[in-house]
Amino acid sequence: MKGGNIDWALAPAPESTGHIQLKDRYELFIGGKFVKSKGGNYFDSIDPSTEKAIAQVTEATKADVDRAVKAARTAYDKYWKDMPGKERAKYIYRIPRMMQEKARELAVIESMDGGKVIRESRDVDVPLAAAHFFYYAGWADKLEYAFPNRRPEPLGVAAQVIPWNFPLLMAAWKIAPALACGNTVVLKPAETTSLTALKLAEIIQEADLPPGVVNIITGHGSVGAALVEHPDVNKVAFTGSTAVGRHIQKAVAGTGKKVTLELGGKAANIIFEDATIDQAVEGIVNGIYFNQGHVCCAGSRLFVQESVHDEVIRKLKHRMDSLVLGSPLDKNTDIGAINSKDQLKTIKDYIAIGKKEGAEYYAPEIALPKKGYWCAPTLFTQVAQSNRIAQEEIFGPVLATQTFRTVSEVIQKANNTPYGLSAGVWTDKGSKIFNLTSEMRAGVVWANTYNKFDPTSPFGGYKESGFGREGGLHGLSAYLKV
Amino acid sequence: MVLSMIDLTTLEGMDTEGKVKQLCYKARHLHDATKGIPHVAAVCVYPDMVAIAKNELKGSDIGVASVATAFPSGHSSLELKLDDVRLAVEAGADEVDMVISRGRFHQGDYAYVYDEIAAVKEACGKARLKVILETGELGTFDKVRRASDISIAAGADFIKTSTGKIKPAATMPVTLVMLEAIRDHWFKTGEMVGMKPAGGISNAKLALHYLIMVKETLGDQWLDKDWFRFGASSLANDVLMQIMKQRTGAYQSKDYFSID
Repeated sequence: MKGGNIDWALAPAPESTGHIQLKDRYELFIGGKFVKSKGGNYFDSIDPSTEKAIAQVTEATKADVDRAVKAARTAYDKYWKDMPGKERAKYIYRIPRMMQEKARELAVIESMDGGKVIRESRDVDVPLAAAHFFYYAGWADKLEYAFPNRRPEPLGVAAQVIPWNFPLLMAAWKIAPALACGNTVVLKPAETTSLTALKLAEIIQEADLPPGVVNIITGHGSVGAALVEHPDVNKVAFTGSTAVGRHIQKAVAGTGKKVTLELGGKAANIIFEDATIDQAVEGIVNGIYFNQGHVCCAGSRLFVQESVHDEVIRKLKHRMDSLVLGSPLDKNTDIGAINSKDQLKTIKDYIAIGKKEGAEYYAPEIALPKKGYWCAPTLFTQVAQSNRIAQEEIFGPVLATQTFRTVSEVIQKANNTPYGLSAGVWTDKGSKIFNLTSEMRAGVVWANTYNKFDPTSPFGGYKESGFGREGGLHGLSAYLKV
Repeated sequence: MVLSMIDLTTLEGMDTEGKVKQLCYKARHLHDATKGIPHVAAVCVYPDMVAIAKNELKGSDIGVASVATAFPSGHSSLELKLDDVRLAVEAGADEVDMVISRGRFHQGDYAYVYDEIAAVKEACGKARLKVILETGELGTFDKVRRASDISIAAGADFIKTSTGKIKPAATMPVTLVMLEAIRDHWFKTGEMVGMKPAGGISNAKLALHYLIMVKETLGDQWLDKDWFRFGASSLANDVLMQIMKQRTGAYQSKDYFSID
């Protein structure tokens, strides 16, 4: 009885969608209520794995932005600014508790709206988002201990614009510290993934937060621009592309608004010859194929010491062959759908560039579903620093592999990028890890692991990956005058 | 498939002729009440029981495996161990399950461990050699990996996790480390080495987890009794129970499945 005689295909294991509650059409969440936009324009939020619209979302107007900022200002002056920290904390604690109660629903909606696999939204996005709220709720009445001998004060109204790769998690990263520090918030989720932010708005409403403390408005880039440019905003927090980050930086110059930017990345993931190769291969896969590579800190540049290059690549290809691509709601799926048509085009363009540049292309033979936006996990070998695929952020499941010989060489190459968000190091030798981590100009350096997140650990970039830190004690100072 | 990969085992101080005969009957007739049930891969016994088992299994293609080399501790002289192996092989054993000298291994005397395995392999002649690492006594994954590499290099046809006498016996992480050692050898040389997790795999679901791990780490060609075995006796009845559930739609009492 050989293995070939048995059908080894995994049986479908879809997460059910029967229990989720989605409205056909979502209004804007302003002043504690869902209100209609004066503009009356809506757009579809698409499930990228089926290309079907799952709900309609409002395109906010300039007047809506103004309304939202006013509501936040009123709430700041009337309720939030002077509320004792321990009282604020009570409100904030309610949010993650309710998120936990609705964890399954949030995870399913996150997967439907963004193409992210259910395993990740269920085990990473939603629990981490709740953990961020819990963590920062704990700080609300302890700010004076965080900054001894200072009198920390809130900034006022925070304008927050977040990306589509971790919609709910990014909302939590932004809202939780802002509220804990006594600020009120206007948040704009990305246009392709507004739904979990709107579900979060429902939770906030149900949690009975004072009206206007959190406002959530939806729409395209112009709405975000109007929000960060609004004169009555005291703080701007943005996560997204470096191009937009530059634009924001220009727009707020000279206004006195405090800014934090978390932008792109082109992280080096470095494998030394003394690494545990099999673990490193898992780390490479996790580093670049997690969330279809839609991760700003993705390990998209792989550096392998030349002596183990062939072994690593052979094992990596072998591992890639067993990745399961398919419906994001299936519990067996490793690789979900690409978030949007535009993003898929960008990724495909870069793959074409890589091939044209002469890099060696590899992708497992996977049948891609006909409907939806899909990209097989892709590996390029024989890449040099001068290749565009090694320089520019692709934001997709595309890995560019280079080799190196010495420690100093790999440090130089790894730092030879305009970005500096994250890096990974794989070696069994502790001294090498400490050497690398101190030489690496990156906000986060993971040793013998990758893409590990925790609310207590600050996250942020060097150089064109942005500035300011989110998470941990450091995350508080972005929302306080001290 | 799982059933055909099982090595039914009896390794007790109180093993008797009767017990071995009963086990051999079970090996040939897992569940006669149902048609189309395969028989197991082999029966695993002590060297002095090999002749009895061999006789009982005459006419079937079920193998007789014998433990040897001062099983389970492995503490004896090389000469005695080789005699132990010859005893089994001369009595007709098709497979020999040896234990490595864990004491020597922990002392760092890897050359001794290697030489011993190589000598046993030679003594085996045509019989296939399974090398038991007894991972429960090795302590770390690094050591499991090293012992796997030594065994494979010294000529093991199979590497096997445990004797079944020490807890923990087979676990998925330890098995994965060993499968990776096999895979690396295969990548380098193109030679296949078999794998046998033993002890602690007692239900069908867990067995399926192991098979998936083998398939994903090594590939389809390992999904065969020549290259993968389960050292487990209670597993067979659970698999039978699941098969009956699939065929009849209802779970049956354990009392419907014979225990030998």
